Amino acid sequence: MEIVPLGDSTLIVRVRDQFQNAAEETLDIVLRTFQQLQNAAIPGVIELAPSYTSVAVFFDPTVVGEAGRPDQLFDWCAQRIRAAVAGVADPGRPRALAARLIEIPVCYDPEFALDVDDVASQGQLTTKEVIDLHSAAEYRVSCIGFTPGFPFLSGMPKKLATPRRHVPRKQIPAGSVGIGGAQTGIYPLHSPGGWNLIGRTPLRLFDPAQNPPALLRAGDRVRFRVITRDEFESLKR
Amino acid sequence: MNLIVDRAGFLTSVQDLGRAGYRQFGVSLGGALDSFGLRVANVLVGNNESAAGLEITFGGLQLRFTDERVVAWCGGKFGVQIGSTSLPPGHAARLQAGEQLKFGQPQIGCRSWMAISGGIEVLSVLGSRSTDLRAQFGGFEGRTLRNGDQLRLGGSRQSQPSVTERISHRTAPHDWILPAKRHPILRFIRGLDWNRFSASALQSLTSEAFTVSPDSDRMGVRFDGPELKRQDSVDLISEAVAPGVLQVPPSGKPILLLGDCQTIGGYPKIAYVITVDLGIAAQLRAGDHVRFSEVSLADAQQLLLEREREFERFRVGLSLQDS
Repeated sequence: MEIVPLGDSTLIVRVRDQFQNAAEETLDIVLRTFQQLQNAAIPGVIELAPSYTSVAVFFDPTVVGEAGRPDQLFDWCAQRIRAAVAGVADPGRPRALAARLIEIPVCYDPEFALDVDDVASQGQLTTKEVIDLHSAAEYRVSCIGFTPGFPFLSGMPKKLATPRRHVPRKQIPAGSVGIGGAQTGIYPLHSPGGWNLIGRTPLRLFDPAQNPPALLRAGDRVRFRVITRDEFESLKR
Repeated sequence: MNLIVDRAGFLTSVQDLGRAGYRQFGVSLGGALDSFGLRVANVLVGNNESAAGLEITFGGLQLRFTDERVVAWCGGKFGVQIGSTSLPPGHAARLQAGEQLKFGQPQIGCRSWMAISGGIEVLSVLGSRSTDLRAQFGGFEGRTLRNGDQLRLGGSRQSQPSVTERISHRTAPHDWILPAKRHPILRFIRGLDWNRFSASALQSLTSEAFTVSPDSDRMGVRFDGPELKRQDSVDLISEAVAPGVLQVPPSGKPILLLGDCQTIGGYPKIAYVITVDLGIAAQLRAGDHVRFSEVSLADAQQLLLEREREFERFRVGLSLQDS
């Protein structure tokens, strides 16, 4: 584990330097670290944000400046972080959170699947095989980011891996399901983006009127359920 | 109790100190790009420092109130008029019901922050009244203001500042109220990926000027100028980013992240602009020439703590005068 500064008011706690070769294990350690730091309630911590291999710890330096020595702000913070997460990476520790399994209905209608042919030719598959493979796998949310509620999902069958588009689209409709490299994800909002689009969900992945505002959180297990265009339209309502 | 927008100007939005606590769900911090400037303006009008005010980009705003209010603003070098009287930055002024206040075009810088006694009373969404323009929620209908909009204001507190004159003589330190610079220098500390860059890139960063590109916005300032080349080509794993991060995409043209930046990113981080200089960064406009100058992490934190101590003295001083 290393603790490194991100500017003058944030520390990044890196628990691993790799993700792809041990995604599940790394994610579990990140989430345990995140949870233990939350429980520790270190004075001056404004918020915590997990990503693939690390947890960012955002501080209010004025609070830390009063608690520790003002010329050694981060030393004090790093000490508190180390104490809070001691033993977090021990092998055999149980999972931090019972991962939820969330099913997401996806319509793979050609109108929504603008790039399914590119994905198919990349993996030498038929369109139907792309849909079958994509909807049969179980995924895990590695982290949320890019736009509010956007889940980066790991666990996609390797044959579906497709490089991002050379020229990103300026507008992608909310709910679009895409493939970017080895990951799949869902655009929660109307936004620009460079992933290959293969379907669309009628679910709302981000709703600021709810708390938490995002349907998914890091660590969740996700499955896609194939729905027809009619089901899409009725669920959308 | 209302603010009436006669002309919305180029880009005006409701902002407070940002939406902390939701980065784990991908929600940007947002808020006033110079949150310190808004805090100063707020305490000048007797508000809680976190009250919602207006962020005004490139001026053109004209507004009035339906009752008497005290206002103050900080930011770029704008001409601001109440009727035929000009209102300098960092001074509280009393506006009668119906009196019009106008923001002209900025001579230096591009943004300013205006506080209104009582604050702007839009609904708090996820703990903040800021407008998230990218995700289109919060603030006033999740959007920039338009001509004719009417915004509800909070009740003016009993402890309104005693602005007996039309414009108060009290003011804040010059750097707080007018951070825009003709020749901006941004102080930075080394980023996590500093060593991934070539010696000539590091030399360029500290010795050459970078030009602000027109495609800059609330997410970040993009620069033209020297290309910052890496000496490795390792693909980095995405991790947290925050306002102040100076990241370098494969083009070699650096991007300085501002308040509406994404929560995670995978570009190498060559440097971080220090928090006390983010107010200068928020004033950068297309064509500005910017230089970067290195400081230590300890110095960056000292400067921040010192400014906070001075701000606290300033805030307490004002409230003593008003009590």
